[in-house]
Amino acid sequence: MDILDILISASFWAATIRIACPLVFATLGELICERAGVLNLGIEGIMTAGAMSGWLWVFNGGDLISAVFFAAFVGAILGLLHASFTVSLGLSQHVTGIGITLLASSLSYFIIKMLLPASTAPPKITPFQSLDIPVLSALPFLGEALFSHTALTYTAFLIVPVIMYVLYRTPWGLAVRIAGENPVALEAQGINVISVRTLAVMLGSALMAVGGASLTISAFDAFYFGMVNGRGWICIALVIFASWRPGKALLGALLFAGLDAFQVRMQQQVGAYIPYQFFLMLPYVLSIVAMIIVARRAEYPKALLKPYRRGERL
Amino acid sequence: MNWACECPVPLKNPQNHDQSLLMQLELRESTPWWLSLSAPIIAICLSLLLASLLIVWAGESVIEAFRTMAVGAFGSTFALTETLSRAIPLTLTGLAAAIAFRARFYNIGAEGQLYCGALAATLIGSGFLNLPSHLLIPLLFIAGAAAGGLALLLPWFLKTRLNVDEVVTTLLLNFIILLLVSFALEGPLRDPMSMGWPQAAPIIDAGVLPALVPRTRLHAGAFFALAAAVILWLLLRYSVFGFSIKSLGLNSHAAEHAGIPAKRTLLWVALLSGALAGCAGVSEVAGLKGYLTLDLSPGFGYTGIAVAMLANLHPLGVVLSAIFLAGVSVGADSMGRALGVPSYIADIMVASAVLSVLIGLMFTRYRIRH
Repeated sequence: MDILDILISASFWAATIRIACPLVFATLGELICERAGVLNLGIEGIMTAGAMSGWLWVFNGGDLISAVFFAAFVGAILGLLHASFTVSLGLSQHVTGIGITLLASSLSYFIIKMLLPASTAPPKITPFQSLDIPVLSALPFLGEALFSHTALTYTAFLIVPVIMYVLYRTPWGLAVRIAGENPVALEAQGINVISVRTLAVMLGSALMAVGGASLTISAFDAFYFGMVNGRGWICIALVIFASWRPGKALLGALLFAGLDAFQVRMQQQVGAYIPYQFFLMLPYVLSIVAMIIVARRAEYPKALLKPYRRGERL
Repeated sequence: MNWACECPVPLKNPQNHDQSLLMQLELRESTPWWLSLSAPIIAICLSLLLASLLIVWAGESVIEAFRTMAVGAFGSTFALTETLSRAIPLTLTGLAAAIAFRARFYNIGAEGQLYCGALAATLIGSGFLNLPSHLLIPLLFIAGAAAGGLALLLPWFLKTRLNVDEVVTTLLLNFIILLLVSFALEGPLRDPMSMGWPQAAPIIDAGVLPALVPRTRLHAGAFFALAAAVILWLLLRYSVFGFSIKSLGLNSHAAEHAGIPAKRTLLWVALLSGALAGCAGVSEVAGLKGYLTLDLSPGFGYTGIAVAMLANLHPLGVVLSAIFLAGVSVGADSMGRALGVPSYIADIMVASAVLSVLIGLMFTRYRIRH
């Protein structure tokens, strides 16, 4: 009965869409990197850097839309760093990614501490306001659930078909996919694998950073320490869950966001009987379960984790 | 550049359009010893360079900042014992990462395994068993090692049987274990004497590791960590098990082809790696803090990866790099208190050291082709 109450409330569905926004951006970003053959474990740090830089841009008087682009730029620079380590130099993608996460998040915290040394309560900005779509937002239930979100949230959902089009319908998308499956074949076509992979990692990292920025300039209005809080790692599990397909990635992100919104509401109802820690565990436990379910038929990009060096066999 | 793959592109000789973003590399046949030694040194220099840029930005004198840091880390008996006591858990988690990474089993879960060890030590050591010290302390370590090792069983099983990536599973388990510990500390394990703080009952006196230097926090766990490093080094260098790990790390297919049981070797690697991380938790609870809290580890599990990388996965090198990185964070803390430089600079130095040691190591394996 209680569960049903939650499911038929418009606020639950609105929260699901809102929580999914950063996950969609970051999962798509990771997906593009992995499709090109590069695992990007820097995701958690890149999201933190995006959250920090987007917020800082607005705090210093920039407008919200350019803040998104600034965060994307910072993400792309970090992606370039990751790519120069893993693509150009062919170093371990695991260790590099962890290093980038540590570097990007500690640098972000350092910068915030430097610029706002004495603040106890984090200063706030005016984030993206919810943009009611005319006519549609007036619909009962659906209006509140689907058509009353911020511009960045709408963008997260609109970008999925764009990425699908780029990945499956453009020559560059084809090149990215081949770079992740069979880089030697790509090289034989006269296309530079190194630059395809580098660009893919930069684009993917830019999307991750926008996902992080959506936390500070769309969902909340301040930057907190530890604010990304493992969302990046969840996105890595989501990419596997999605079998490296953008459409399924959207579905997975929505599923997880729904679960998250659901557990918060369940906590309020049965929190007295079940400790809240078990609700907080749910996303992580379900990530592992989802990976187990899809692992048997998971079709990894065949060149994932394999550095490409010209003239060297895979 | 022509991205169109469908249309017939004239095939070029890859050697001719060879305008790669970076130079060509070729595998070295052998590595001179001085080159392998220079990689960590170059890495440390690069991380010091990045740190000095940030110090300049913070408006402090670089020399003064590094002097404060060095004095804060090694300048007095107290500073030195603080650094060494912080190096104990870092050595153990560093060894945990080193042995696992050597076999290409990417255990990112040392943080969770550390808490498993700490939890086991708390369960047994806080009054459940009343034994003399020489029995209770070894028992605490055995229990902690078992708990840490068990925490890696699931990722091992998922990797070898179901082909689930161990990086993600070990990482996600960190969060799950930490939430379990949080639940235990607020519920069944909460110390009734703790005035409502989420902390467990203290380890009884017989289970507390003796202090090495009076009135400091340096405890006997230091000997344990050092012994673990030496034993692991001997094991990796002279045993069949060490040889199996090495060949698994170099080429798992070839190793399996040569008759090395990959799954079983990986099982022992996982158990040993988790056990080492679990012991780090035991030594923190029974040696340093005395009781379990949620902030027992400021990310020792993750820093352990950096420790292992900086040591090029060498067990004895792990001891040195743990002392160095412990000094960096203890020193950065005291610099943060004395000057206006945020202590996050320690993490930045750790991260930049990891990234630059990777580059340095590559040059020990490859040379630039002329």
